[in-house]
Amino acid sequence: MARNKEGLLLLLDVSPSMHNLLPEIEKLIYGKSDEVGVVLFGTEDTDNELTKEVGGYEHVVVLRHIKVVDGDMIEALQKLPRGTAPGDYLDAIVVGMDMMIKKYGPTNKGKKRLCLLMNPLYCIKEPYEGTKEDQIDTIATQMNSHGMKLDCVIVRGKLTGDADTRILDENDHLLNRFSKRTCGKMVYVESPTSLLGALRTRNISPVTIFRGDLELSPRMRIKVWVYKKTSEEKFPTLKKYSDKAPPTDRFATHEVKVDYEYKRVEDTNKIVPPEQRIKGYRYGPQVVPISSAEWDAVKFKPEKSVKLLGFTNASNIMRHYYMKDVNIFIAEPGNTRAIQAVSAIARAMKEMNKVAIVRCVWRQGQGNVVVGVLTPNLSKQDNIPDSFYFNVLPFAEDVREFQFPSFRSFPSSWQPNEQQQEAADNLVKMLDLAPPGKEEALHTDFTPNPVLERFYRFLELKSKQPGAAVPPLDNTLKKITEPDSELLSQNKSAVDEFCKQFELKENPKIKKSSKRLWREKTSRSNEEKNVGDTGTDAQSGNSSRSESSIKVERIGDLTPVQDFEAMMSRRDSTEWVIKAISNMKGFIFNLLENSYEQDNFEKALECLTSLRKACILEQEPEQFNNFLHELYMFCQKEDLSSFCELLASKQIKLITKAEAIDSNVTEDEAKNFLVKREHVLE
Amino acid sequence: MDLDPEDIFRDDDEDIENEFYQRDSSKELVVYLVDASPKAFNPASKAEDQEETFFHIAVSCIFQSLKTQIINRSYDEVAICFFNTREKKNLQDLNGVFVFNVAEREYLDRPTVTLIKEFSHIEDTFMSKIGSQYGIISESRDNSVYNALWVAQALLRKGSAKTVDKRILLFTNEDDPFGSIKGATRTDMIRTTIQRAKDAQDLGISIELLPLSRSDDEFNVSLFYADLIGLEGDYLKQFIPSAGEKLEDMKDQLRKRMFKKRKVRRITFSIVNGISIELNTYALIRPTLPGAITWLDSVTNLPLKTERSFICADTGALVQEPTKRFQSYKNENVSFSMEELSEIKRVSTGHLRLLGFKPLSCLKDYDNLRPSTFLFPSDEEIIGSTRIFIAIHRSMLQLKRFAVAFYGSSTHSQVVALVAQDEIANSSGQVEPPGMHMIYLPYSDDIRQIEELHMTVGSMTPRATDDQIKKATALLRRVDLKDFSVCQFANPALQRHYAVLEALALDEDEMPEMKDETVPDEEGMARPGIVNALEEFKVSIYGENYDQEEADHQSSKTSASEASRKRKEITDNAVKECANYNWEDLADNGKLKDLTNVELKYYLAAHNLPVTGKKEALISRILTHMGK
Repeated sequence: MARNKEGLLLLLDVSPSMHNLLPEIEKLIYGKSDEVGVVLFGTEDTDNELTKEVGGYEHVVVLRHIKVVDGDMIEALQKLPRGTAPGDYLDAIVVGMDMMIKKYGPTNKGKKRLCLLMNPLYCIKEPYEGTKEDQIDTIATQMNSHGMKLDCVIVRGKLTGDADTRILDENDHLLNRFSKRTCGKMVYVESPTSLLGALRTRNISPVTIFRGDLELSPRMRIKVWVYKKTSEEKFPTLKKYSDKAPPTDRFATHEVKVDYEYKRVEDTNKIVPPEQRIKGYRYGPQVVPISSAEWDAVKFKPEKSVKLLGFTNASNIMRHYYMKDVNIFIAEPGNTRAIQAVSAIARAMKEMNKVAIVRCVWRQGQGNVVVGVLTPNLSKQDNIPDSFYFNVLPFAEDVREFQFPSFRSFPSSWQPNEQQQEAADNLVKMLDLAPPGKEEALHTDFTPNPVLERFYRFLELKSKQPGAAVPPLDNTLKKITEPDSELLSQNKSAVDEFCKQFELKENPKIKKSSKRLWREKTSRSNEEKNVGDTGTDAQSGNSSRSESSIKVERIGDLTPVQDFEAMMSRRDSTEWVIKAISNMKGFIFNLLENSYEQDNFEKALECLTSLRKACILEQEPEQFNNFLHELYMFCQKEDLSSFCELLASKQIKLITKAEAIDSNVTEDEAKNFLVKREHVLE
Repeated sequence: MDLDPEDIFRDDDEDIENEFYQRDSSKELVVYLVDASPKAFNPASKAEDQEETFFHIAVSCIFQSLKTQIINRSYDEVAICFFNTREKKNLQDLNGVFVFNVAEREYLDRPTVTLIKEFSHIEDTFMSKIGSQYGIISESRDNSVYNALWVAQALLRKGSAKTVDKRILLFTNEDDPFGSIKGATRTDMIRTTIQRAKDAQDLGISIELLPLSRSDDEFNVSLFYADLIGLEGDYLKQFIPSAGEKLEDMKDQLRKRMFKKRKVRRITFSIVNGISIELNTYALIRPTLPGAITWLDSVTNLPLKTERSFICADTGALVQEPTKRFQSYKNENVSFSMEELSEIKRVSTGHLRLLGFKPLSCLKDYDNLRPSTFLFPSDEEIIGSTRIFIAIHRSMLQLKRFAVAFYGSSTHSQVVALVAQDEIANSSGQVEPPGMHMIYLPYSDDIRQIEELHMTVGSMTPRATDDQIKKATALLRRVDLKDFSVCQFANPALQRHYAVLEALALDEDEMPEMKDETVPDEEGMARPGIVNALEEFKVSIYGENYDQEEADHQSSKTSASEASRKRKEITDNAVKECANYNWEDLADNGKLKDLTNVELKYYLAAHNLPVTGKKEALISRILTHMGK
């Protein structure tokens, strides 16, 4: 079993009180290398080894033994039976523990996890001897000796439904006792979204990035380990797919290898072998060649160390200066003195509202230093030591001191009046995501990444139905990307007042079709397929149509090409040609800028083709060529390179000398323009 | 921009990374116009011992900005131009204007190492080579301000105003350049000069004034320059000349003003029920990295370009860049088209959507992934945006709350925290601009529960005693960095990098010595108060005899560590075992493949060769080592 894999046993409450949540669980998809088993409790049937061996343990069903995740596992999860009996979670834990011990024995310590997901509505049975507490203590000791962890995810709040508080309290008490005595934690969730976040399905076992001394001074050191606390889980890197292999070849890998060749810029026929290359470092326009050996001799080489620079008031370090993902400093495990030292400093820091500034070089041979801030992280649990969070701070070079006008200096028409301020105050107060006594919505610890979640579900779907289309975003995940409609309707008066108080209008001086931006559709159905402002487009198109029947003076949205041609052919003044060209350019830019999922690309392409034709006719090649350059830059900047690809594929190229005598572009240049540029900028 | 194969094997969606780490994409052309009249050589401060002149301040500010520019924005082009000079050097051959330049460089060009080097000595040679002289005197019809603007405008002729920013930065301490002229000539001169400036502005060139003044002699903008740069009404009030008490403050202000604010993009922030306001985003804090490397041919030192070709692994055929991707899943390959992938990533339609508010205490120290982005409102397209922004900003500050919002883009979507920041200003100007900072929050997938990793099972973990906390408190009080500011340190690695490049570029023999500002202040730490506090804390944690114990512990350990002893054992064993085989014979007869990997590794370990890899690799390594 690889280092990162863990053995996980999911203990699922399927008793009637959980039925409304089961659809969420049925969407779970586990990482492909984990070994996962599933135990259900609260089922009608009974099926587990312990029943057969010793009897008892009713209403516990082993849905799946602990195995590497495969299709069966996911399918099993997708068709969870709805149970009828009240679930006894202690029975489930014992069954789970038994399975773990039988599967792994003493091995795999620390990577065995029981994950209990339940609604604590039912009491556990009275044991045959001793109290419930005693029973829990016995089980806890057993678990500890086998190095098992227990995560309890407990459903709460409105998800619980009507509950007997006495039972809730007893269960709380028992589970708390459990988690104190074992390696485990308890999490309460109140919404399906945080349930998804709490059940982390892709676990990464962490590794230290530094083990050594935190040096307060040369005479006083504390042994610490440093881990990453946050680290972005990226969208998986997919391999490139080649369809060249014959369909009959069952062993085809379909992989694509990428090969690199180095050629001189001037003389592209000569290939330079990789070892003949030397790194050139840019300094202004100059490129300074330095071999790596030379560079190693002169480069900055700090010693591996973590040193304290001093303490400072927490208010000196503003939150927005945190630069990167976060690390955590914990005292060397098992080292009592180090744990106490970290604890003493952390508590003193908290008390005095101070933070520590440290200079870190994590590894020997690291080419730079990091200056960062340690903030105290006091543990609320008795069995978890205190620690520090570490955030990287910027260097002088990293900060750009732009000046912004003070809000006070703005004209009074930009300042809110009293009623408006009150409406804003109310909105900020009422749209509360962390109301007292309730679960904090969108807590970072319980908010899953909707994109990854969506990807893995789609992956599962596609593995079964290769032709499946991407399904719309799940409603549970939508809670992350969109405001909660319930929250909005609860505070309708505050929202309405806010809307009433403030007025927005488009700047009449700017004709840009940015309407789409602010006059966003409020109805949800429209949002799904935002088709742009077809309504307004059509209107403005109509009005320009009526104009064009007289004399076209500008390019409308509906028939841009015809308008353009009409303008070009107006001979009452020579400036119409120039005006038409510049109008068209603006129009194309607008189209692209507001393009949504490439929906405007066809139209833009049409316009561009027409512009090109006209520029050749009017012998204005420079106009078009410059514009194409500009357009190209624009596309790069705005992340529209797909449009450039479209251009290349449709053979829209620069106007050559052959086409218009004023052009100084040769046939080759024209042909290579888009192709070459893409290479350079890739 | 050449690529390095190592670099390409990064993520598919690098866009977001680029957004965060790329240098700004739009190009800037700047002409520095420096007034070099004799008045500029007056001391800039009242204090007797201050020798610094206005001219020196202007020149040193430009020098600093050039140095930053060559690192950060080397594609921008600059020209340095003095006016009110004795000598003249410019394309139009106008009097009193001197364009400073070095060899192999056009007047308006990217800054080079030589330019910066030469410019750093400008003050030594200025009087002899260029000279200072009033350019506007009643006898002649010459107008040096007019000439300077004309020269600058001519220099800025290249490039289209659409894609580049063109700026003239004018440094002067003379608020009334036509003071010596009287009557009709004066009005005429003022009129033509202002017309010249208007023409330039019409061409898309922005003229910015950086007035230098002394506290006893304030720069009066309204005398002449307000008209020149087109300041009106409210904006005139905003324009406070840098009449700081301290010279340092003035330099600070100038430096800040010389940078043009560049917005990253314009976004809409939808608040509730279709009310969306317009915001501009700015990257105030981004890591500055050493510039990208370019591969060169080591023989000719000419740049190389990398050509990438795609080869089908099954057939060996050359293919176009494929448009499909796949992921292996459950022992099968599941393929996706690029459209499907981008559809998956698109989870939100709006730009930035408000989800609600939370108290600031809910924003944890570990809720961070990337540098933050600054948001400032704009009324450019949607009138009323600023008003709403100010109202919400104020409420958030007052109620100590932050907003949670969803920032959706086509490639990368994230939940963000918007933290309101009030304006903070001191004598040297604005320290923190007013606005909101957008902090990128992690998802639960990104957070690791390290704390739980080392729970002590079944018992309490040690905690500091009250006495230990007291001692720590005393220590904290002693080792206090009072005026710590986040960006007071220069990045030593970066400084070193560029110092080395500069030395090599200019063929200097000596490698420059760099001071690392980030090392702890050992002198300060050695002060008796601090040493005592440390000692007391140490005793409270480690006890009296810790140093002795530690020393004993050290000496009790054998010289070699556990790992290295083990390694030595393996080698010794391997040498012994290795002697049991006739390797030459085995190799010659092709019998190596009959041995097990364990046996092969005896040879490798005994000869200090790597023991990793498949069997073929091991065999070929042995053969290479034997020279066969």
